[in-house]
Amino acid sequence: MTFYDEIIGLQNTDYSDAFELVTASQIANILAKAELQPQDFLALLSPQAAFSLEEMAQAGHRLTLQHFGRTIMLYTPLYLSNYCVNHCVYCGFNATNDIPRRKLTLAEVELEAKAIAATGLQHLLILTGESRQQSPVSYIKDCVAVLRKYFSSISIEIYPLSTEEYAELIATGVDGLTIYQEVYDAKIYSHLHPKGPKRDYRFRLEAPERAGQAGMRVINIGALLGLGEWRSEVFLAGMHLAYLQKQFPEIEISISFPRMRPQFGNYQPEFPVSDRDLVQSILALRLFLPRVGITISTRESSELRDNLIRLGVTKMSAGSSTAIGGHTDAPDSIGQFEISDKRSVEEMRQTIATLGYKPVLKDWHDLNLGGEVDNAKVSIS
Amino acid sequence: MEDKLYIAGRQVDSRLFIGTGKFADYNLIPAVIKASKAQVVTVALRRVDFGTPEENMLKYLPPDIILMPNTSGARNAAEAIRIARIARETGCGDWVKIEVISDQKYLLPDNFETVKAIEVLAKEGFVVLPYMSPDLMAAKRMAEAGAAAIMPLGSPIGTNRGIKTRELIQILISEINLPIIVDAGIGRPSEAAEAMEMGAAAVLVNTAIATAENPVLMAEAFGQAVEAGRKAYLSGPGSTQRVAEASSPLTGFLRKE
Repeated sequence: MTFYDEIIGLQNTDYSDAFELVTASQIANILAKAELQPQDFLALLSPQAAFSLEEMAQAGHRLTLQHFGRTIMLYTPLYLSNYCVNHCVYCGFNATNDIPRRKLTLAEVELEAKAIAATGLQHLLILTGESRQQSPVSYIKDCVAVLRKYFSSISIEIYPLSTEEYAELIATGVDGLTIYQEVYDAKIYSHLHPKGPKRDYRFRLEAPERAGQAGMRVINIGALLGLGEWRSEVFLAGMHLAYLQKQFPEIEISISFPRMRPQFGNYQPEFPVSDRDLVQSILALRLFLPRVGITISTRESSELRDNLIRLGVTKMSAGSSTAIGGHTDAPDSIGQFEISDKRSVEEMRQTIATLGYKPVLKDWHDLNLGGEVDNAKVSIS
Repeated sequence: MEDKLYIAGRQVDSRLFIGTGKFADYNLIPAVIKASKAQVVTVALRRVDFGTPEENMLKYLPPDIILMPNTSGARNAAEAIRIARIARETGCGDWVKIEVISDQKYLLPDNFETVKAIEVLAKEGFVVLPYMSPDLMAAKRMAEAGAAAIMPLGSPIGTNRGIKTRELIQILISEINLPIIVDAGIGRPSEAAEAMEMGAAAVLVNTAIATAENPVLMAEAFGQAVEAGRKAYLSGPGSTQRVAEASSPLTGFLRKE
């Protein structure tokens, strides 16, 4: 039994009907409840709930303050390689796109690491396209070995791996996984991923569970907003989170709300998501799962991001580049997509502080510095 | 009257312990410590940024406090042990608050793993204060394993719900010969006073102070509430009655003689 078994049932639901039936009094009742059920979460994603957005915001803000305090955790992405064998129609790294391909040498990785570490950031997210030939697990391990000297937490956003491969990377120093299903609707998924190993919907969907079994400490998932109907996509992503939280209570679970951005290839999202829709999505999720982390990247504008700080968000990227070598050189290199919020880490830190929040640059510590301890051998005498 | 709290032989002058997470600005922390008169301050090692002076929370703490690093993020005994060792090696001292949490939904502590971590760390010379779910047998095992105090939760971390575990904490206070420090869930100064009236040795507060509109004023309020509650406990409050009672409804007739 995995989330795949659960989503088969969930996908048979007619969500448009369910959303139409939601009433104003139902929303008022939900907002007065201490703990929400999946059907409450669904109702909060309805057109009717949009009339109660301010009430949802007040409740979401209060819950976030209570559980996370006045803090925003900061991280930045580091793109290692843009070689890719997949044909995702919405992605700048699509194998058929005629763009310069490159991967960082270990010396270049170290230069990027130094440039990022100089900003004070301690949490890093490393990314590659899917190419077992150009960026195999062994290459990623070599990169992590370099990077762990500079950062207290390293997360990966790469192609889905086996449980054993996740365990290998964890042993090297990786503690977080980010993997987006992109679109939970299996029919749209199949349509948008015409070729390449990423066509395997199920292998991708179950990746967070394999990482959980391998002992990953932090797992971040999400749907790429714009590819499918957002209300049902956010509902399914939330159900995925709730499933992971129940199956792996020890893992810090979080969700991103990435919206489609302009990219090489010029794919236009079929289901555009407005700022208002995005805010409703974030708030519905916050009220449903009060303790999960919520991530907003530099895909969003500086103005919107500043406003989202008080609406449930707990993590943000800063000083981002989606290009290979983007933290040191390659100003004209083509990235995976265009970023919107181009502020530096220092500017983000100042802005967050001005808004009455503490930018948190470090929220983990490399446990290997505490020596070898095998939990199986620690017993009560 | 002499009324001092001792933990592992060290005199502790304030019965309010404070946490440092969730503050909007580290510059608030010295003012909060001063206003509350707190002496024991807990800091999550995971958050201590040793490399950047303005981000290193330890630099904001006055020199006369007792630093109690905590093992936030530990999911089992081994991780708690590692974090405690790192804390000592990085100059955070011998005190450690063991926090082993393998449940991120409710953030409830794992008493079994906590006992294991205490046993190892106490032998290594740490002054170990375990955060725990209030359970008498678990508290006894923690005491036997070498804990210096026991820190039961009043309600889950960050919920501000008050002392929902009152009956169970009362049993710990009666039965365990170590200071009982109520940690987590205290949302108001009145609830801190309640814990002290019950006979708790101290309380630990973070969320309620850090997320108040005016954290410094709230810190002062908590400091006063803890002192008031302690004095009430020492003065032996009269027992409470559910209904007003006539002086001797059953035996009053005897006065006629």
